[in-house]
Amino acid sequence: MPILVYAESDQGIYKKSTQELISFGRAMADQMNTEVIAAVTQDASGAELGQYGAHKVLQLEHQALSDFKAENVAEALSQAARAVQASVIIVSSSANSKYMAPLLAVDLEAGYVPNIVGLPTSYTPLTVPHNVFTNKASAHTALNSDISVLGLSKNAYGVHHYETSAEITTHNPELSASTVEVTSTDKASNKVMIADAEVVVSAGRGLKGPENWGMIEELAEVMGAATACSKPVSDLGWRPHSEHVGQTGKPVAANLYIAIGISGAIQHLAGINSSKVKVVINTDPEAPFFKAADYGIVGDAFEVVPDLIQKLKEFQAQNA
Amino acid sequence: MKILVCISHVPDTTSKINFNADQTEFDTSGVQYVINPNDEFGLTRALWFKEKQGATVHVANVGGSETEPTLRKALAIGADEAIRVDQTATDGYTVAQALAPIVKEGQYDLVIAGRESIDYNGGMVPGMLAKLCGFSFVNTCIGLEIDGNTATAVREIDGGKETLKTELPLIIGGQKGLVEESDLRIPNMRGIMQARTKPLHVKTEQSAAAKSQTLRYEKPAPKQAVTLVDNAEQLINLLHNEAKVI
Ligand SMILES: Cc1cc2nc3c(=O)[nH]c(=O)nc-3n(C[C@H](O)[C@H](O)[C@H](O)COP(=O)(O)OP(=O)(O)OC[C@H]3O[C@@H](n4cnc5c(N)ncnc54)[C@H](O)[C@@H]3O)c2cc1C
Ligand SMILES: Nc1ncnc2c1ncn2[C@@H]1O[C@H](COP(=O)(O)O)[C@@H](O)[C@H]1O
Repeated sequence: MPILVYAESDQGIYKKSTQELISFGRAMADQMNTEVIAAVTQDASGAELGQYGAHKVLQLEHQALSDFKAENVAEALSQAARAVQASVIIVSSSANSKYMAPLLAVDLEAGYVPNIVGLPTSYTPLTVPHNVFTNKASAHTALNSDISVLGLSKNAYGVHHYETSAEITTHNPELSASTVEVTSTDKASNKVMIADAEVVVSAGRGLKGPENWGMIEELAEVMGAATACSKPVSDLGWRPHSEHVGQTGKPVAANLYIAIGISGAIQHLAGINSSKVKVVINTDPEAPFFKAADYGIVGDAFEVVPDLIQKLKEFQAQNA
Repeated sequence: MKILVCISHVPDTTSKINFNADQTEFDTSGVQYVINPNDEFGLTRALWFKEKQGATVHVANVGGSETEPTLRKALAIGADEAIRVDQTATDGYTVAQALAPIVKEGQYDLVIAGRESIDYNGGMVPGMLAKLCGFSFVNTCIGLEIDGNTATAVREIDGGKETLKTELPLIIGGQKGLVEESDLRIPNMRGIMQARTKPLHVKTEQSAAAKSQTLRYEKPAPKQAVTLVDNAEQLINLLHNEAKVI
């Protein structure tokens, strides 16, 4: 029974998280002696998806799928899953996938486990490791349903390369009208998003005021990073809510997280803990963040950050 | 308008997370429980609808009697009635199944749940409940207005937001943004007194078996000590050559 992967794309581009999802599905399929099928809602290249490990591409064709609507995507995937008799459906941790997955799970009477951080530790019954308590702990959870929906955390597995060329077939789902209609979308087009970012530059109340964020944005730009902030900074209105990271904000699973003027409260750390490398810049050597970080500079952000920007530019010029 | 707010009873955000000796269960000793933060934003928005638009606000939890203080707190803040489904909350699927008959029988127009519980981070109860009840559904909801039967909701998407229009009945998975931090309420003496006499119904029907079961928990391995550096150059060098992240 094959594995179906919901391969999200953004204007025809497969983000790293989607590539990772397919590679993860492939590794599972190899263990289960089955194939992995990438389900797409836009025109796809079989060669490209094959590279990440897909054996087949299933193109879901319906006018209603031209924009994301959770109900329609869930219906389309559940019909596709039944058509190919998939036993596992893998989705990402994007806002859209997290919106859609519970609907899909009910449609298929499937167990659903999100925030998965590694390959199954058992296939009978299917048992997966996933983060709980906002990354303060992990759990091994067994599924006892015929079909399972698995949500993979970002950066939990990595992209692997294969020389498969996936054949494309189409499937025409029958969809009901969505009960929810999108009236407008407001999306920053040139900004790196926290959800996708490899590097996140984050700052806290130590920056004193919103007028001092210029250097944070510049550092982020030099590093191709997303900007983030601690909760009080967004509560004070210094930065938008969408930048608030932590236990009650967004989770960050970046390769590199740089915390500037952030004390490292337990609620903040919980949300950023699954980032691979953490750097702290803080005047107070006793700040709890130093216990959670990999690298640290005890120093004044207003001196360290401009210097860091300068030295990074020089480093990039040398390594270009 | 009848509103149901789903309340998850979770360890306070400052809690240290520990497990019992065989790592199969969360160790509740010394842990303070609170209303799940996402649900607190939702409850506060529900009370706004009560005050401004004359809505009735009920709260519901699926859990044992230990969750009642959390429900009483919701009553003290201003909810009218509470319902507890007396069942151990195992996975999100069973919680959604336990809540579905409450939603249907109560004829609620709007169900406000949280985007996720901060304990098991399922992020699934509101969506599953919507599907089980045939309600419209908006997740990661950061703004909600109701006008007659029509709802305008703002949803957070990756890198921005989206405005949506839909009809009641509706379920949302809410979060900060529905109201601001400064709008949150602390129960006052009068509220606490009133909460004692407000109805708290206990339902005992059991829902279907769970579709998943956690076998064991693990805490992250202890971290190595931080490497302190003196300047930006050393930092760049380590990030490039040792950590290999730039
Ligand atoms: C229910 C609840 C949920 C919460 N959820 C979250 C959450 O999701 N995310 C979150 O971030 N917080 C959360 N918090 C808040 C958390 O407890 C802390 O209050 C918050 O993280 C502190 O933010 P901060 O580090 O920016 O500010 P502060 O604690 O004020 O720290 C500022 C830091 O900057 C340093 N500093 C000062 N000047 C400089 C300088 N010139 N250069 C360098 N460093 C300097 C100081 O030494 C200090 O360490 C939550 C709290 C509660 C109660
Ligand atoms: N045991 C429960 N009782 C009532 N509501 C719950 C329960 N568990 C979860 N919820 C609701 O569903 C939301 C999402 O929870 P979860 O799917 O567990 O992450 C929470 O914010 C609550 O609103």
